[in-house]
Amino acid sequence: MSVQKKRLVVIGNGMAGVRAVEELLVLAPDLYEIHIIGAEPHPNYNRIMLSPVLAGEQTLSDIVLNDWAWYEDNHITLHTGVTITQIKRKQQMLCSKDGDFLAYDKLLLATGSLPFMPPIPGIKGKGVLAYRDIADTEAMIAAASKHQQAVVIGGGLLGLEAANGLCKRGMKVSVVHLAGHLMERQLDVQAATLLQTDLGKRGMAFYTGTSASEIRVNADNEVTAVVLKDGSVLPAQLVVVAAGIKPNTVLAEAAGLYCARGVVVNDTMQTYDPKIYAVGECVSHRGVAYGLVAPLFEQAKVAANHLAEMGIGRYQGSQTSTKLKVAGIDLFSAGDFVGTEASERIVLSDPASGVYKKLLIEKDKLIGAVMYGDTANGAWYFKLLKEGKDIREIRDQLMFGESNIGDSGHQGNMSAATMDDQAEVCGCNGVCKGAIVTAINQKGLFTLDEVRKHTKASSSCGSCTGLVEQILASTLGGAYSAESKADKAMCSCSPHSHAVVRKAVKEHKLLSAFAVMQFMEWQTPQGCSKCRPALNYYCLSTWPLEATDDPQSRFINERAHGNIQKDGTFSVIPRMWGGETTAAELRRIADVVDKFKIPTVKVTGGQRIDLLGVKKEDLPAVWADLGMPSGHAYAKALRTVKTCVGSEWCRFGTQNSTQLGKDLERLYFGMYAPHKVKLAVSGCPRNCAESGIKDVGIIGVDSGWEIMIGGNGGIKTEVAQFLVKVSTDQEAKDIASAFLQLYREEGWYLERTVHYLARVGMSYIKKQVVDDAHTRAALIARLHLALHNAPDPWLMQPASMVDKKQFTTIMLKEIA
Amino acid sequence: MSAEMSHVKGEPVGHPYSERMREVCTLADLPVNGARKLVHGDTPIALFRTLDDALYAIEDRCPHKGGPLSEGMVVGAQVSCPLHNWTIDLASGEAEAPDHGCVRRFACELREGKVYLDVGH
Ligand code: SRM
Ligand SMILES: Cc1cc2nc3c(=O)[nH]c(=O)nc-3n(C[C@H](O)[C@H](O)[C@H](O)COP(=O)(O)OP(=O)(O)OC[C@H]3O[C@@H](n4cnc5c(N)ncnc54)[C@H](O)[C@@H]3O)c2cc1C
Ligand code: SF4
Ligand code: FES
Repeated sequence: MSVQKKRLVVIGNGMAGVRAVEELLVLAPDLYEIHIIGAEPHPNYNRIMLSPVLAGEQTLSDIVLNDWAWYEDNHITLHTGVTITQIKRKQQMLCSKDGDFLAYDKLLLATGSLPFMPPIPGIKGKGVLAYRDIADTEAMIAAASKHQQAVVIGGGLLGLEAANGLCKRGMKVSVVHLAGHLMERQLDVQAATLLQTDLGKRGMAFYTGTSASEIRVNADNEVTAVVLKDGSVLPAQLVVVAAGIKPNTVLAEAAGLYCARGVVVNDTMQTYDPKIYAVGECVSHRGVAYGLVAPLFEQAKVAANHLAEMGIGRYQGSQTSTKLKVAGIDLFSAGDFVGTEASERIVLSDPASGVYKKLLIEKDKLIGAVMYGDTANGAWYFKLLKEGKDIREIRDQLMFGESNIGDSGHQGNMSAATMDDQAEVCGCNGVCKGAIVTAINQKGLFTLDEVRKHTKASSSCGSCTGLVEQILASTLGGAYSAESKADKAMCSCSPHSHAVVRKAVKEHKLLSAFAVMQFMEWQTPQGCSKCRPALNYYCLSTWPLEATDDPQSRFINERAHGNIQKDGTFSVIPRMWGGETTAAELRRIADVVDKFKIPTVKVTGGQRIDLLGVKKEDLPAVWADLGMPSGHAYAKALRTVKTCVGSEWCRFGTQNSTQLGKDLERLYFGMYAPHKVKLAVSGCPRNCAESGIKDVGIIGVDSGWEIMIGGNGGIKTEVAQFLVKVSTDQEAKDIASAFLQLYREEGWYLERTVHYLARVGMSYIKKQVVDDAHTRAALIARLHLALHNAPDPWLMQPASMVDKKQFTTIMLKEIA
Repeated sequence: MSAEMSHVKGEPVGHPYSERMREVCTLADLPVNGARKLVHGDTPIALFRTLDDALYAIEDRCPHKGGPLSEGMVVGAQVSCPLHNWTIDLASGEAEAPDHGCVRRFACELREGKVYLDVGH
């Protein structure tokens, strides 16, 4: 059979060519007999990572992308160390220096680019190197071990990475750069100045706005110095030329293929010869030749699609962004950072702390960004830029980053969990979040390495590694967190993390905080004020009917059932179901205030009333006189359910939000949780109850209720995320119950729903709460079991275990 | 002579077993691993009972901002203040580093299920 297969030959065993083959193998694994020809003696490696290799941060074996076995496993014939010297297009034959070498049916050109070597005297001297491949890198490493002084010609990305590597290998390095400032194609003067200062501190010397006019060599043609235009002489035994690259079109041009600063291709990556495709740095597409891998990988995908005879992909050009791979230097640049008269600039400059950011805006769109010192939001800006998003709404917050518009900040992992599926994670490989999540779920991936293998994300320059790890964590939910080595001990009393402790409580049926400490061999016999409340909660929430509550492992507020104030008095916030009250309640409140001389009465932000400054001794009597249920304003428990007037009164109301709110509040009365829990129900999308910042927020629409989760209005405002839309009150209650129970069972102590959601991920929660009717029903059942007959502590029923003695102070008579 | 063992580190001075010891409550009046609040004149006193029934009495005013230590969580022979979580050693009355401060201590003991305290006069 295989004899009849068409033969595809790839010239260039580099990043773009091999990527195209990989993509092709996915689409049409058996279509071609594949040959790859490469001049270098290596299998395909990650050229980008030559810089970390030079800097001594990685080794050559670390950067191999496709090892020898890969070619074999995929039945690819690899010809290394072979340089093709001619393409005979009529015969469809490739020649090497020894004559005819291999015939092809389809040809893919991926010859990369050649370093530009300026035509100055001495450029052919021994010790003058380009920076392009493993051989160059090895030669530089060897030179650095023998010699002291190096000159790098070119202060662009490549030149600076070379200079940094040589510096780290102990050489004295001078950088000569033609333009007035470093990396002028990516940076403006301000950012470049900061960069130059930082690199200067590492021992590099800079000569900008000048060029090398000559490279001096000795009698053996060995380099001795570089002479600058102004006549100054920089002694050097190694000269690295990084003055630019030019597409390698030697073969194509000789074969009469149309080239114009690159092999010209159309949007299907086809050259003027329909049998020949081209990808990578050797290509010119719509007049642009790219020198970064991200666009090349996009090209590879399109070429593969057409080689696979599927004929649908089109390459339409790319926006690119740049990062410098010098450890300790944070730099990001994307789009047009110069702009025109018409463009507006938002600039943040803090030279003292080495931070500079500039955003360029035109017609309410971000068109460019340069950042130095703090590049945390680079990916976000790049996304806004690529998508051409209208930024009017967020303009005043734009400079402070995505986090300010909706990031919890607490754990820094919000960005991954809340990113939408189309958002790009790995710029190099154009992998979006959705693809990673799908791979994790469908292929059962658990580790970073597996994700790299299956999706390519984080496998090129590595700057998205943190983000990929977060996606892993949030997609695998509880499963990943439990195994994650990053999991911190919950406090210094033990090495155990919250996840491990929760698991042990469940598996070994541990029924009290002290039982956990004993079983898990706590190093401090009685724990501390941090772990004890957590342990107590874990036992109670896991074994609601059997665990023993330890009031002494609770914070005073939950023991005294009021909020302690700075003067030792307490506040009393009675529950007003859904924020509704009555004349009788208000009258009783007024009477209580008078009778107990309560200094302050305040309407809270939670639609109820706070009596502040109540003496502890008075608490039981105040509660009794009020005759209202506890508002649990002091507890890690259900706080408030805010409602709006809804369809009962409001002319816009589409649903009876007040009723649903009251029902929910009754349903969850006395519900302890990892942290406080707040709900809201609004009757229409005007959302007067502020459902968007609640742990569970519900909004009425004509056809039912929209349910959102994980909102937070506190330390960092976080907008709740849409979970599901339902049509009836009962369904809304069920979904809310199931989610809250899941949170109660899996949340870590003091983790609000926003952080829980960020940790386990929306898709995980959806699966448990929405998609799977069985788990939902089971969760609801367990919640009801736990809340059945939840006592009201203010009635001081025995079940609420209120220590009554605490309300009497022992008065000691003074003896004269 | 005053029996208060004020602001000095080391063993309480005075006469802990002296006649000035007064019965203040029973052991059962104190929550295990918790405290009760006593008031003597202007002085609030926190009377602690640890998990192993050791008793300690200190002034019920946190050296930080006067928080009521009797409302704190008891861990071993330490209490964490309910207001800002300073940790106070019940035996020495000293705040745990990095915080600085010290509270007055009072001698107390258990005799046949009853708690005796020396509050001076
Ligand atoms: C009384 C009240 C302010 C008011 O006068 O309106 C209040 C008062 C306190 N809040 Fe609050 N919060 C009050 C509504 C809110 C709201 C608004 C709301 O609920 O609609 C928020 C933002 C919404 C949210 O939680 O997402 C809010 C976010 C916080 C936070 C930050 C929580 C977070 O996760 O970021 C804290 C600190 C904490 O819980 O650790 C906090 C902590 C506190 C404490 C308990 C501080 C403390 O530990 O002593 C205050 C107790 C006062 C007292 O003794 O009564 N309070 N607090 C409100 C009581 C509502 C109620 O009826 O129960
Ligand atoms: C030090 C360094 C750091 C870089 N850092 C980054 C970075 O941070 N981010 C980024 O996006 N990009 C970076 N790049 C650029 C990136 O590596 C290139 O864009 C990418 O490798 C180009 O892929 P390619 O397949 O087109 O060419 P190459 O990977 O160069 O592959 C071309 C191959 O073809 C072979 N070849 C050429 N002609 C023939 C012939 N006639 N016969 C046989 N074989 C032939 C060559 O030997 C070569 O192996 C960096 C490059 C270097 C050198
Ligand atoms: S905002 Fe701060 S000061 Fe005001 S009630 Fe909330 S916690 Fe207290
Ligand atoms: S008052 Fe005790 S810690 Fe602040």
